[in-house]
Amino acid sequence: MRKPVSLIVAGLGLTLAACGGSSGGGGTPQSGTPITIGVSVSLTGDFSGDGKALVQGYDLWAQDINAKGGLLGHKVTMKYVDDASSTQQVVTNYQNLITQDKVALVFGPFSSLLTIPASTVVDRYGYAFPEPAGGGPQVFSRGLHSIFFVQPAAVEDNLVSFTKWLLSLPAGQRPATAAYATQNDPFTQPQVDKAKSLLEAGGITTASYKVYGTEPIDWTPLAQQVVNSNADVVILGTQEPDGVAFIKVFQQQHYNPKALVETTGPDQGKDFADKVGAANTEGVMVPAGWWSSAKAAGNDKFTSEFVAKYGGAAGDISADAAEAYSVGQVVDQASAKANSIDNAALISALHSGTYQTIQGPMAFDSTGKPNGSSFLVQWQNGLTVPVYPSSAAVAQPEFPKPNFAA
Amino acid sequence: MTLVLEAVLLGILTGGVYALMASGLTLIFGVMRIINVGHGALVVLGAYLSFALVRSLNIDPLLSLVVTMPAMFALGALLQVVFIRPLKTDREALSVLVTYALALGIEGLLGYIFTSNYVQLKAWYETASFPIFGFRIAYVYVIGFGLCLAILAAMFWMLYRTSFGGAIRATMLNRTAAQLIGVNVDRVSALAFGVGVATAAAGGVVFGITNSFNPGSHYDLISRLLTIIVLGGLGSLRGAVVGALIMLITTDVTAVLISPVWASFAFFVILIAVLIVRPQGLYGIRVRDRA
Repeated sequence: MRKPVSLIVAGLGLTLAACGGSSGGGGTPQSGTPITIGVSVSLTGDFSGDGKALVQGYDLWAQDINAKGGLLGHKVTMKYVDDASSTQQVVTNYQNLITQDKVALVFGPFSSLLTIPASTVVDRYGYAFPEPAGGGPQVFSRGLHSIFFVQPAAVEDNLVSFTKWLLSLPAGQRPATAAYATQNDPFTQPQVDKAKSLLEAGGITTASYKVYGTEPIDWTPLAQQVVNSNADVVILGTQEPDGVAFIKVFQQQHYNPKALVETTGPDQGKDFADKVGAANTEGVMVPAGWWSSAKAAGNDKFTSEFVAKYGGAAGDISADAAEAYSVGQVVDQASAKANSIDNAALISALHSGTYQTIQGPMAFDSTGKPNGSSFLVQWQNGLTVPVYPSSAAVAQPEFPKPNFAA
Repeated sequence: MTLVLEAVLLGILTGGVYALMASGLTLIFGVMRIINVGHGALVVLGAYLSFALVRSLNIDPLLSLVVTMPAMFALGALLQVVFIRPLKTDREALSVLVTYALALGIEGLLGYIFTSNYVQLKAWYETASFPIFGFRIAYVYVIGFGLCLAILAAMFWMLYRTSFGGAIRATMLNRTAAQLIGVNVDRVSALAFGVGVATAAAGGVVFGITNSFNPGSHYDLISRLLTIIVLGGLGSLRGAVVGALIMLITTDVTAVLISPVWASFAFFVILIAVLIVRPQGLYGIRVRDRA
């Protein structure tokens, strides 16, 4: 059963050859030639909704950039491959996009969960990795120089606006207790943990703190523990399904906190209102980095073009699509600044300067972490409106939150 | 203590829903010796059929079962004839591949029609509740549990009080012997597959009222359903019911007493302990007993 030495040597050779592409960075296409940008997106599995929104945003940007002559003169074609929301598949996809398809550039997938493994392989090949949705602390803690998180704030800072608003309330109105529950996901838990530490430092007592897996069999006992804490304020690290499930249990149990914020769910517009019932959305909050009515560079144009291309209303546009579009905007400006679409030149350019996006101005530190902050959005009268900080607000925060419908 | 009592009660109520979904899976295994990994996708398909009916006719989701259960029964029988019956050798292994392909096909079709956004069935009783022992129980869980009990009772009645049920049990015990005494095993298999898929429709509607779902929801579902029937004993209807109750009560109580993170682990500790003592599961029949 001994393997022939030649096979072992051949295998070793192939392995070394595979490792050898560590500094290629895709090379520089000749002026005027079309280029392909590769993206691994979740078209199936848990993140399929978000993945499809990313495709919409990327496609709209590609349409816009091609309409004005391409990316530094290169017409852009987007190539998408499905990762089925799998941390293994996303790595294979970027490996193939770079080594087999030889795409000129790569853009990021959805979620920190997929961005973290993907960024390691992308960095190995010397590609720039601007990405729309991976902002967990681990994304920035691994010493990678090629990743850029294209949102106003790192994920862990998303609820900072909420905590600042809560602590800014007059002493007589300020809540005394808070309950926290979060998925153990790199997107949700860092936000909730940071909010908890800030509120505790501000004198708000923790009445309950629970961490749960991403796919529990039954949400009800988790939500019930929040109910039993009878906290004044509830902070939930949710995706949409658990965000909806918690609110339904609160209704069932006739529990009405004075303020309720969820990391994801209430930002899904009509989709969220349909599930929890329009009357039960009133006063629910969510942090956001983009909003259709926000005054940011090109946002009006993006919103109108998006509605024209995909239908629906401005309020139905997923923030995922806007974040993906911003990735393209940032790369467009960086390539103009560097006068190149070479990956090394783009990486260098992105580490300095400020870039105008539909999410507002954006700059990155040496780890690719953005230096801005998110704002706070609240459901009011069937609409979602920015309410804090005052620089972004179009309405006053509603506090305390009205009771859920009986 | 109230919290534990509440967790136990919720575990029983939601366990009933899982028992219903798992019962079809275990019935199909028992009759055909195939592992239908597409069962989760069929549950989700049932939920989507109800969703489509509720959306277009504005009816109560449970009322939609009048249409979806017969439709799913027919679909199940058809799937068995077209995809399962041709498997003549190595059925258990090949059936996994075939039914997985079915699951992917159903997921793709649902994604094409309904998109991958999460949806949920709405009913007046989904958030209404009543007080009991110092806490509140939502009507949806009680109604869902009642429906599950009724359908499970009907299945037990069919199995133990009808000649068709006798044919099913004979096939489950020994397929060859059943053929020798005149049971049309192919026909029984197709009908049993239909019954199993019809229960998936019923489980799907209650699952769809209590959970948001999308076409990809079947992956988590099937992993849970398979562990339930392994605990209860492959092919045992009673085992599916007991396995489901053990799973839900264990996870709910662990979530309350220790941590939600350990909830699934606690169930698997029980599963492994049972399998060490009884490799065939709680109510399973050992292979050498069956022969």
